[in-house]
Amino acid sequence: MDALAEWFRTLYETTGVNLTIVYDAYDRQRFVSGLGMTIYLSTASVLISIVIGAVGAWAQGSPLRLLRGLVNGFVVVFRNTPPLVQIFFFYFGLSPLLPYVEDMDGMRAPLFSNVQWAIISLSLFAGAFNVEIFRSGIEAVPRSTIEAVESLGYGRLGVYLHVVLPLALRVCLPALNNNLVNLLKTTTLAYAIAVPETLYVSKQIWTDSQNVPTMMIVLLLVYVGLVGVLVWIMHRWERRLAIPGYGQGAAR
Amino acid sequence: MGADALTSPASPAATGWTPDQPIVSIRDVRKSFGAVEVLKGVSFDVRKGEVICVIGPSGSGKSTLIRCVNALVGIDSGSITVAGREVNDPKLDKLALRRTVGMVFQQYNLFPHRTALQNVMMAPVQVLKQDKREVEARARALLAKVRLSGKEDAYPGELSGGQQQRVAIARSLAMRPEVMLFDEVTAALDPETVKEVLVTIRELAEEGMTCILVTHEMGFARSLADHIYFTDRGVIVEHGPPAEFFAAPKDERTRAFLGQIL
Ligand SMILES: Nc1ncnc2c1ncn2[C@@H]1O[C@H](COP(=O)(O)OP(=O)(O)O)[C@@H](O)[C@H]1O
Ligand SMILES: [Mg+2]
Repeated sequence: MDALAEWFRTLYETTGVNLTIVYDAYDRQRFVSGLGMTIYLSTASVLISIVIGAVGAWAQGSPLRLLRGLVNGFVVVFRNTPPLVQIFFFYFGLSPLLPYVEDMDGMRAPLFSNVQWAIISLSLFAGAFNVEIFRSGIEAVPRSTIEAVESLGYGRLGVYLHVVLPLALRVCLPALNNNLVNLLKTTTLAYAIAVPETLYVSKQIWTDSQNVPTMMIVLLLVYVGLVGVLVWIMHRWERRLAIPGYGQGAAR
Repeated sequence: MGADALTSPASPAATGWTPDQPIVSIRDVRKSFGAVEVLKGVSFDVRKGEVICVIGPSGSGKSTLIRCVNALVGIDSGSITVAGREVNDPKLDKLALRRTVGMVFQQYNLFPHRTALQNVMMAPVQVLKQDKREVEARARALLAKVRLSGKEDAYPGELSGGQQQRVAIARSLAMRPEVMLFDEVTAALDPETVKEVLVTIRELAEEGMTCILVTHEMGFARSLADHIYFTDRGVIVEHGPPAEFFAAPKDERTRAFLGQIL
């Protein structure tokens, strides 16, 4: 480890590439925890937004007009406003209006922390798009398939969970893929409410260590890598869902 | 396991229906889509174990009629009872009705994301909450019955139309229905595979399953049906046992239709 640190110090002295996040223990620890926070924000909001998409698309097909109206309103609001404005709305607009709770030290604390607000607002933001994405998949499921399932005695929820959603998912996976990639990149907006994610800690590091150009390149590479991992996971999922003799699975 | 145990209903209907009454009774049923009246007062009875065929030109309301029997389509007036259960009742227990009535469609409509075996098992396990192992044994036996042993793990996309249609029949039978509805189930098949599906239906009928078939296979209808109904523009124009019906059709429209199709 020491030899490695020494090598990076030499790298800096000879080339100007100052990777304090490798050879400086404090910077390294900050950077790793920022990376961890980005992964946490992304994982949580990806999963919650998928659930929002699936539930919202189901509610859109509800016989209750009020419910359908609510879902459509939600989609319009969260799709047509900038995600940064949404984060500010929740953190600065809504949070102070909510009741306060006592934290572990008996102090008055807001109901949700900035990290939780980031997850909530990112999930809703991506969830609104997911509702539309799932709906496009649902529309591709033939009416006759649904009737066959109904005539086997399935109720509305059973039809959705066991047949419509699994088939819709396969149709809309490429669009879902795009939206989730976008969501991962949008987690950087949590910077604005001081969530210590990758961009936020990087700024602290480049301010303290005066290595702006190096950190910029590091940031780009980190996101290339993170998105690459997400895309890889999505492709594995897509392959797992492929059905022999159906859609893209037919080509196998 | 004998064929009887495979297809006979699990429990008698708790509706006061007794086997001396018609199991399906259709009375003056009317149905409109928008301004178009598709069924204009249709009535007939089906007794347990009977096979009846509904024939008629395209658009005459045959599909609509049999879809009313399992409540896929609601009726405007009249009454349909299935094993004593009124289908036109707003408080109808659709699950109970659909356990009693199995339906097979022209387009097979299998679950494309499930294997043949899973297709047959899904509804008994997920809807009726039956024991998975017991259902699996029954599903394997049903697939054997429709001559699909060895295809248990094939996905619908890997099967021919005739094979898919036989999976669809096995899938319906797994619910142990008392009545089976078949809506032009061979119309989308290659001529070579029509026969394998008809053989399956014939065996089922000969075992005593009550069947209502919409079909264009006149030879099949003639040799299998107990009674033929000819529909045109939402009414039953003529009906009778196949021998009489085909030998001496009385109505001009029936003669014209049979002249075209035979
Ligand atoms: N869901 C529906 N909505 C509107 N019209 C329908 C619907 N289903 C059937 N029809 C119409 O009802 C008529 C009878 O259709 P159908 O019962 O399918 O006839 P068949 O099975 O004898 O060919 C047709 O004119 C068809 O267009
Ligand atoms: Mg039809």
